[in-house]
Amino acid sequence: MGAIAQAEHVEVGYHARTVWTDATFDIGPGEFVAVIGPNGAGKTTLFKLLLGLLRPRAGRLELFGTAPRRGNSKIGYVPQTHTVDRDTNVQADQLVRLGYSGTRWTPPLTPSEWRVEREAAERALQLVGATELGTRPLGALSGGELQRIFLAEALAGRPEMLLLDEPLASLDLRRAEELVQVVSGLVRAQRVTTLLVAHDINPLIRYLDKVIYIANGRVATGLPHDVLTTERLTALYGVRVEVLHDSRGNLVIVGGEDSHQDVSA
Amino acid sequence: MSGFGWVWWNWNLVADLRVMWQYTFIQSAFEAGTIIAILAGVVSYLVVLRRSSFAAHALGHVGFSGAAGAVLFAVAPIWGLLLFTTVSGTGIAVLGRRAANRDVEIGTVLAFMLGLGLLFLAFYRGYATEAYSILFGDIVGISPSQVWFTLYASLPIFVVLLLVYRQLLFASLDEEVAEAKGMHTMLLGIIFMLALAVAISIAVTVIGVLLIFALTVTPAAIAVRLAQRPLYAVLISVLVALAATWAGIFIAFYEVEPTSFFIVTIVFAIYLVVRLLPGLGPATQQARWARASAPALASGGRPGAAPTPAPETELP
Repeated sequence: MGAIAQAEHVEVGYHARTVWTDATFDIGPGEFVAVIGPNGAGKTTLFKLLLGLLRPRAGRLELFGTAPRRGNSKIGYVPQTHTVDRDTNVQADQLVRLGYSGTRWTPPLTPSEWRVEREAAERALQLVGATELGTRPLGALSGGELQRIFLAEALAGRPEMLLLDEPLASLDLRRAEELVQVVSGLVRAQRVTTLLVAHDINPLIRYLDKVIYIANGRVATGLPHDVLTTERLTALYGVRVEVLHDSRGNLVIVGGEDSHQDVSA
Repeated sequence: MSGFGWVWWNWNLVADLRVMWQYTFIQSAFEAGTIIAILAGVVSYLVVLRRSSFAAHALGHVGFSGAAGAVLFAVAPIWGLLLFTTVSGTGIAVLGRRAANRDVEIGTVLAFMLGLGLLFLAFYRGYATEAYSILFGDIVGISPSQVWFTLYASLPIFVVLLLVYRQLLFASLDEEVAEAKGMHTMLLGIIFMLALAVAISIAVTVIGVLLIFALTVTPAAIAVRLAQRPLYAVLISVLVALAATWAGIFIAFYEVEPTSFFIVTIVFAIYLVVRLLPGLGPATQQARWARASAPALASGGRPGAAPTPAPETELP
């Protein structure tokens, strides 16, 4: 099968500022890809390109064989920031249902429409192991529980590709690993191609097929153990960067622009 | 504006209602009050969900200036209300992705608009009763033709809200995803603000600009503590608005105090009861969940043994 997404020498920027240039990569069906890099390097910008919210300045970008377009129902998206807060007293499965039918004009009117919607939500909640969370109010869920609900919301429309922006950001290491296992299970069992933005590779590294590393206005891509080497990252950053390994296979990247981001525990 | 002390309670509801129903102005008050309460109840759920209560407050006050201007130019106040609230509402919607984050801008424009209202009042040489009824409402002063106007003004809003309800709900709960899905979140925001503007303009007749919260915010503030499904919350919100409006008109018929006072008091009383009832609202549920799971975490399991993952502790 051909690639789901293909980029050739893509350059992207806002107004006068160039975010990154000369990105060439391809993403195959059913791949689990991590998008890694320091804060502000342009990881979310890559998602905006794929979502069709931003156009490349140069180069060629194809998604499902055509240029990315806004409102593509083949993509399930979990953004980094959310409207839901502590005071949102709405049952979680209601949001998952909206993930299935929220773009429609009217509420489900016939019993069969209503049942199809309910079943789509139930299936999505089951896929992320959150069936029990469905009846609880969104405002009462913890960070990790909320991420599962957002994931279910994105899955409800049966997307072929998932874009997850920093889902691990506010989670402790144990919760992060649990969520990564859920996502990895989805990628394998449902063959959903998944891009996951993170600034720490370590919770992900055992599950990944590919890494897209964005830093210093440039993009490196490949197998995790090919990209995350002293030589490749030194070339990417343009300054001496060292990749250290600990006894459990964790990586520490030292000397990057804000290396402390990569040493998170 | 004020009650009518000349009729006495009968303690027989049916007989009381029969007595009231002989008066045309009471019929009109009930009819207009019903339409307004339903619209305000529906819109108020979206106000609470979108955290737009400050916008609702601002639109009410802006409406006052519009009404004062209309009176000055010898036009019915409702036209000034509609003009000022719809224009300002659209402005707020275009200005802010979420009006909740635009307090400073809204407040700044609001102060200027109120200043205009004051100027209009200063030019106006007539009686101040017009201004008084705009500020505090005058449901029993409503004429049958105004009832028809209320109906005509709210019908299109009902139709539009029914059509975009699903999208509006989605855009209010998860704006980022809605936008990525290609939905027109700004257009939805404008539709919401226009619905709010009309709801406020006609609700001013019942409750006045100063008390507008009682119908455009509080009913839903009550409902979201009682229901976690949008449909039920909207229904409860409408029921609260209806009950308060009907009871307010009913009581005011027998008492001398103004109708708006009774409506506001009833809504506030329900709100107090709901707030003070233990175990409602997401915050208390969160606390209860944390309490229930604290000892269970320590012992490595948790009571109930539901197959969910153990509740998580938040990182600071």
